[in-house]
Amino acid sequence: MHKKLLAYIKASRSMLALTIVLGMLGAIATIAQIALLSEIVNAVFLLHRGLAQVLVPLALLMGALTLRASLLWGREVTAQRAAIRLKSSLRERVFAHLLQLGPAWSSGERTGELAAVISEGIERLDAYIGRYLPQLVLSVVVPLLIIVVILPVDWFSAVLLLFTGPVIPLLMALVGSNTSKRTRAQWATLSLMSAHFLDVMQGLTTLKVFGRSQAQQERIALISDRFRDKTLQVLRYAFLSGAVLEFMTLTAIGVIATMLGVRLLNNGISFDSAFFILLLTPEFYRPLQELGVQRHAAMEGAASAKRIFEILETPLATGVEPAVEESFPTGPITIDISALSYTYPRKEQPALDGVSLQLAANTCTALVGRSGAGKSTLVNLLMRFMDATSGTIRANGVPITALSPHRWREYVALVPQRPYLFYGTVRENIRLARPEASDDEVTHAATLAGVTALIDELPRGFDTQVGEQGMQLSAGQAQRVAIARAILKNTPILILDEPTSCLDPDSEARIRQSLTSLMRDRTVLVIAHRYNTIAQADRIVVLEDGRIVEADTRDALTLSAHARLLGTVSTSEVSEGSIERHTAPHSSAYASAD
Amino acid sequence: MKTFTRLLAFLSPLRWRIALAILLGSVMLVSSISLFGMAAYLIAAAALGPLLVLLSIPIYLVQTMGIVRATSRYVERLVSHNTTLRLLAHLRVWAYKRIEPQAPAHLLVHRSGDLLARLVADIEDLQNVYLRVVSPMVVALVISLFTFGIFSIFSPELAWVALAFLATAGLGVPCLSAWLSRGLGKQQVAARAALNTQVVDGLQGIQDVLAFGRSQAQLEGLAACDRALGRVQRRMATITGLQSALGDLLMNTAMWVLIILAIPMVATRYIDGVYLGVIGLLILASFEAVQPLAPAFQGLGHSLTAAERVFAVADAPPPVVESDTPQPVQVNPGGYTLSFEQVHFTYLPGEREVLSDISFELRQGLRVAIVGPSGAGKSTLVRLALRFRDPTSGIICLNGQDIRPYNLRELRELVGVVAQDTYIFNDTLRANLLLARPQAGEAEIEAAVEQAQLTEFVRQLPQGLKTRVGELGLQMSGGERQRLAIARAFLKNAPILMLDEATANLDALTERALLDALDELTLGRTTLHITHRLLGMERMHEILVLERGSIVERGTHEELLAVEGLYRQLFDVQQGVLTLS
Repeated sequence: MHKKLLAYIKASRSMLALTIVLGMLGAIATIAQIALLSEIVNAVFLLHRGLAQVLVPLALLMGALTLRASLLWGREVTAQRAAIRLKSSLRERVFAHLLQLGPAWSSGERTGELAAVISEGIERLDAYIGRYLPQLVLSVVVPLLIIVVILPVDWFSAVLLLFTGPVIPLLMALVGSNTSKRTRAQWATLSLMSAHFLDVMQGLTTLKVFGRSQAQQERIALISDRFRDKTLQVLRYAFLSGAVLEFMTLTAIGVIATMLGVRLLNNGISFDSAFFILLLTPEFYRPLQELGVQRHAAMEGAASAKRIFEILETPLATGVEPAVEESFPTGPITIDISALSYTYPRKEQPALDGVSLQLAANTCTALVGRSGAGKSTLVNLLMRFMDATSGTIRANGVPITALSPHRWREYVALVPQRPYLFYGTVRENIRLARPEASDDEVTHAATLAGVTALIDELPRGFDTQVGEQGMQLSAGQAQRVAIARAILKNTPILILDEPTSCLDPDSEARIRQSLTSLMRDRTVLVIAHRYNTIAQADRIVVLEDGRIVEADTRDALTLSAHARLLGTVSTSEVSEGSIERHTAPHSSAYASAD
Repeated sequence: MKTFTRLLAFLSPLRWRIALAILLGSVMLVSSISLFGMAAYLIAAAALGPLLVLLSIPIYLVQTMGIVRATSRYVERLVSHNTTLRLLAHLRVWAYKRIEPQAPAHLLVHRSGDLLARLVADIEDLQNVYLRVVSPMVVALVISLFTFGIFSIFSPELAWVALAFLATAGLGVPCLSAWLSRGLGKQQVAARAALNTQVVDGLQGIQDVLAFGRSQAQLEGLAACDRALGRVQRRMATITGLQSALGDLLMNTAMWVLIILAIPMVATRYIDGVYLGVIGLLILASFEAVQPLAPAFQGLGHSLTAAERVFAVADAPPPVVESDTPQPVQVNPGGYTLSFEQVHFTYLPGEREVLSDISFELRQGLRVAIVGPSGAGKSTLVRLALRFRDPTSGIICLNGQDIRPYNLRELRELVGVVAQDTYIFNDTLRANLLLARPQAGEAEIEAAVEQAQLTEFVRQLPQGLKTRVGELGLQMSGGERQRLAIARAFLKNAPILMLDEATANLDALTERALLDALDELTLGRTTLHITHRLLGMERMHEILVLERGSIVERGTHEELLAVEGLYRQLFDVQQGVLTLS
């Protein structure tokens, strides 16, 4: 998985390289600093020089210090820039891929989780890119550099360092690998514990209704205690690797100091060399210590990367884009669906099984069926959100796969069951359908959709901000906006998915006129549960378990078909106001301001 | 400041552990400072060529300091994490105790997911107030004083200079950094929120995005948000870099200054030359104490903001207060009558009344339906009956007695509720059922499952009742959730039952199927039936039509139809769908 991440690093390659270079230069500055300090101390301590005589090395020392600090600053900046570049690149790719996967895929996933991955999950790669990766390189290069520097001064110490160097990470790895699995399991339990607390808080009302809320208090304490004990058990092992590293590093320093001391006593080495080596020794171990510190945060970031790759590697449901695109002449379009089948991935039963149907030009066909019968699958296929497993859809004889999905959709307008209002003005939301449309055209479409009166009541009319962060419109109002969009788009093919399901009978009657005129002179497919809507269709098709069981004109339908229809038609017509929540959050029973 | 003291109060029960941890933290730093100091002394002393035996103490210390440091650090980490986890437990229990009486709070649940999740996250953040904020600050202080003390042995001048540098690095740099990045923190939060909104918007509306070919626009929108975030982050990186660089520079400059000051002192033999190197290393090693202070200050700001949010929610007064001497509810084999007498209710003063002059009686064994358009205040009636809120005026009586003096838990034991949304806990199916009656036996559970017509569902689950459900478990469909709610109601077997739009979120077919289970549940039980779908109204003993909080019509189904008022209207519209002509 690291390899995959590394493949994406291209975006930040130059910045990362710069970070590493700056790190190395910093190490060189440090070495210079230490050399100068040794020289000064030696001069004053053993050679009994005065302040005036060491002014030059002192000045140089200050220079080295300042340089080192500036390099540190530069390194932080470049590291962050490298991280930012990677995050941006990854973010855009994931989002683009998600858009391509389309509603067919994302409806099966939790939007909240996906959004969290893209916005927050990617952020966690900061530590991995900006700190861990450069440190990986530096923790090899810098110690080697130090050994190279020490070698001419005192080969003995250099060899000692060379041997102790790798031993420490090896020991760490040994102790570490043992505990990492346990640690991971423990962190998993940690998130379960927080989830439990959140669960209890969210279900507090339910607990109170059943008189169990007091008992929960003790349970929270109990769970926390139990968790604490288990965690500490794991931490005892987890911290061990850090303790080992620390112990070995400090002991190594101690041993080296002692050896230097003994050799000094025997005049085997000069003071300034010994002092130089003593000061340099901690710098030898420091990069590896840093690496250990950053590993945890880096691994967390890498974990979120897993999910990102999962998404990026999900194959697209639509086929390859055609090399040369055809286009349809303007005019009425007949849709021929033949032997259309589709099975969702990881499912056994086909959602659509050999459906053959013709939507004649400028006619209205109603599609009826239970939930799960395959209606939305058919819509998804017609909209080319997915491509069929087998069978074809042709428009005026041309298979719709001859066009790219993007171009095909220019010929189709969709009024979905739960239209989404984007964060923007009402006008912008309607204009979504055709960005080049003029204000007058937008207003006209709105009038036809019967939504103008409503918009006029909004604080800023057409310029009112709506959507998730703006004014929340009711489901019924959103539906009318969606109808306005379809009117504005003015395409030869129109698909309506329960266009009036959220409207109370009053509003429905009002826009029936506009709907009727909208459906005229177009090839229309209407999915309906309301008999009123079906009544207008030229043809009614009944879908059950992915197959057509009845397809006929309204007049010719038999009694049994009517009975079937009645079974699927909603009986709840008394103002659907209480379902006029625009998005469907999972709120508690007592949350609605009813 | 007040928030900070309040926050510290949480640490009070843990003070001995904290003291131990701080002690260990100090020992840890003292040992490493000593190690480096001793090593420098050892080298310098050896350079003067004394007898090896004179160096034996420094050698010994230098070897053992490593163990002391590693051990003290290890133990300190364990003690600190122990303390932190205990703190978290205390915080959670405290928060729960304060918030429990408030539920279902209007604000808390209304924009639920977000607010609640943030509350839980804030509480989790607060656990770090000890580990990341208090501990580093106290240890830094201790070590600064220790360093001051050590340098005083050499010269008071050196001691003060050392302290000054430590203070500048420990206090000055974080302050500078905070000043430079003022507003940036908020900007970053805003940029992240904007990015998240953009992503959520695009994903939730993906069908419309694709249908109208706006993919490119969405991508560009995302890129713009991303760039904005990048800009803020780059500026923050500059400041963070400056912070590290300054810290490093101060540490090295401290050493530089002290060396410069010490050199003349060595010349005049005020300080023995042997100690020159020691001075350098001592000051360098002591800076480890002030390094974590910058993030500690940031953490402090963060913790205070989180604490303010948590206190704001926890301090809200509970809407209903149980009487100081709650009366037990007398068991009445003859049954219970619940009555509303001239009840008025407003959520917030100044808002329009949600319920106006509601009076009705729910007598033992009778079924009363409350119907009407949404926004009429119907669910509020349930909340009042359960005493989640008190009426603004008027009283609610149980068997003629005002319900306010009663013990809340016993009162709620009398009422079973099946509501529109059923909350399912992250637990086994059995646990979710036992919620209704923890002492229920196997047979009773099976019976309840049977009556709610859940048996088939349970049978096809590989782990049966042990299957984990809820947010992180098996997802149940709308119909299945409502059946669970019905099973709970069966188990609870309360004398009064309230159905609050029990089938509102279900499609027609599922609703139809559920009605049988509901019929069985309401058989012979006192039921309040709140709905806007007029199904089975013929079986109601009384129907109240609520419009904008007031009862506008009341009577039996036939009576109301005859009146040809609002009820008739609603009924006709509903029926109209089914006519074929």
